[in-house]
Amino acid sequence: MGGWAIAVHGGAGIDPDLPLSRQEEAKCLLSRCLQIGIDALRSSKPALDVVELVVRELETDPLFNSGRGAALTEKGVVEMEASIMDGSNRRCGAVSGLTTVKNPVSLARLVMEKSPHSYLAFSGAEEFARQQGVELADNEYFITEENRGMLALAKEANKILFDYRIPAPEPETCGASTEKPLQVMNGLPISIYTPETVGCVVVDGQGRCAAATSTGGLMNKMSGRIGDSPLIGSGTYACNLCGVSCTGEGEAIIRATLARDVAALMEYKGLGLKESVDLVIRERLDDGGLAGLIAVSRDGEVACGFNTNGLFRGIAKEDGTMEVSIWGQGLN
Amino acid sequence: MGWAIALHGGAGDIPVTLPPDRRIPREECLRHCLKIGVDAIEAGRSALDVVELVVRELENNPNFNAGRGSVLTSEGTVEMEASIMDGNTMRCGAVSGLTTVVNPISFARLVMEKTPHIYLGFDGAEQFARGLGVETMDPSHFITRENIERLENAKAANRVQIDYTQPIQKDPVKEVPRGDGPSGDSQIGTVGCVAVDMDGNLATATSTGGLVNKMVGRIGDTPIIGAGTYANHLCAVSATGKGESIIRGTVARDVAALMEFKGLSLLEAAAHVVKDRVPEGTVGLVAVSAKGEVTMPFNTTGMFRACATEDGYSEVAIWPLN
Repeated sequence: MGGWAIAVHGGAGIDPDLPLSRQEEAKCLLSRCLQIGIDALRSSKPALDVVELVVRELETDPLFNSGRGAALTEKGVVEMEASIMDGSNRRCGAVSGLTTVKNPVSLARLVMEKSPHSYLAFSGAEEFARQQGVELADNEYFITEENRGMLALAKEANKILFDYRIPAPEPETCGASTEKPLQVMNGLPISIYTPETVGCVVVDGQGRCAAATSTGGLMNKMSGRIGDSPLIGSGTYACNLCGVSCTGEGEAIIRATLARDVAALMEYKGLGLKESVDLVIRERLDDGGLAGLIAVSRDGEVACGFNTNGLFRGIAKEDGTMEVSIWGQGLN
Repeated sequence: MGWAIALHGGAGDIPVTLPPDRRIPREECLRHCLKIGVDAIEAGRSALDVVELVVRELENNPNFNAGRGSVLTSEGTVEMEASIMDGNTMRCGAVSGLTTVVNPISFARLVMEKTPHIYLGFDGAEQFARGLGVETMDPSHFITRENIERLENAKAANRVQIDYTQPIQKDPVKEVPRGDGPSGDSQIGTVGCVAVDMDGNLATATSTGGLVNKMVGRIGDTPIIGAGTYANHLCAVSATGKGESIIRGTVARDVAALMEFKGLSLLEAAAHVVKDRVPEGTVGLVAVSAKGEVTMPFNTTGMFRACATEDGYSEVAIWPLN
């Protein structure tokens, strides 16, 4: 047993021109959330409670794309989704299409614990939220001025392109240039794409793993679009070996069943956590799909992996390691 | 090598005493759908086309819980879901919360081919379907008299069990089958088809109305890639049974992952998943491999199923053989 460990993320794929002030804000938020998790772990809270607590905080802060500050659909409203999984018994809960629930991750947990089902969506999920008495807010609460601006930009840049991999045509390059004119992710210029999904993974002092992920989805998405975040095995997965939360291009993550594959490589191929994380990022994302993930193992290891230019992330371990970063290569 | 096809109409607690008037139409439907699939493969159609074609036929048949004949939510409505995946390209499409789309599986394929997304649900999905001119019908088209009775029985018999407003102690029992309906047959049905074509391309498709008396908005394993449905270059899998168990067990992906990461054969991988990854009495699946192997394991009393391979083998069955 290697003691507790925690990792948080605030999305993969970052505008290289993101203002320094914004980078600092993101780091402060990640540090604060990490500290909340650390304190909870020190007071012996189970992994499941800790991931919920941390993701709630990320949802409540408007900076990242979840809860308050969630991205807007083409209709200018939020449709949030989230999931949570308890590795010790593989129980899980998920929600999609929420428009009034302040903390989607907590409703996902209630679906797991208080409903006969594991995934509820749209009006049925909202109805369940009301019955459970969770905190609700008008859709306006979730919408920030900044995201209104981003939606306008996204509509202008038009488009979630059909093929994510093809950058918008550049008239003057006539197809001869090998330079990418614009960094595109999820079919949008990367400056519009950020900020992104949040997630947390934890292994507690007793070696129990848990994972939680929450998102507003894509800016300018079609109403009704479901991404990888609520899908167990894609955006979120935990078992007795590890806990994993993913972020990035949802469709690539779904095809890769990215979160489950980290665990499956450990379980079926006997790889270590870091090896598994590196392998899925290197080999499981088809067609140049862009993604990042955070993971912890029951032995108290923590790993991050991404093939984007950065991943908003923070990690901490019982031995005193604590690190918050944005750019560069994945941590160990 | 060679082509292979397998299809299912749901796994569950199907009593061996199922009366002939309930059994025979279903067996006939399975046989009919198998023939449609085999004919299409032999005519050189792609695996993706074949699984869509067969599942459409299963959806159109009111004897199974998908499309017309879907079971009802606690509000007496239908909310259908489906997904489809092409093993070669790993492209996939999924839909949930459909109330008027006649063939959810074909709509899932359109989501795969005509949108930048994989998965659309509920009102947004319905609106998109109408925009594409997909065939829709009044919700009453999907509701059968038998399913109205099933809902009434489920409500009467299991009110407490499914009353999620009650505090639930400890680990609540999830998605307990709602007891036998008026006909005494399974309440937990889903339909699916997997195929490998003459060129070795793999594909899978799964479609369902979900659970009798489910909460409005409930999503099961069927539309979730990796849970109810998965295909890659090695195999294609469609699962059926208790959604919660299939989601937790990432059943369809795990069959493929065991082949890919542990080097198991299709039969070994599928048997391992059904035996060790999910609780007894909850899950069945059909799967084919790129080599043209086929397997249809289940740990329930029975599974409505059928398969055929190029070498002439063919099977239509409900309960364990021999």
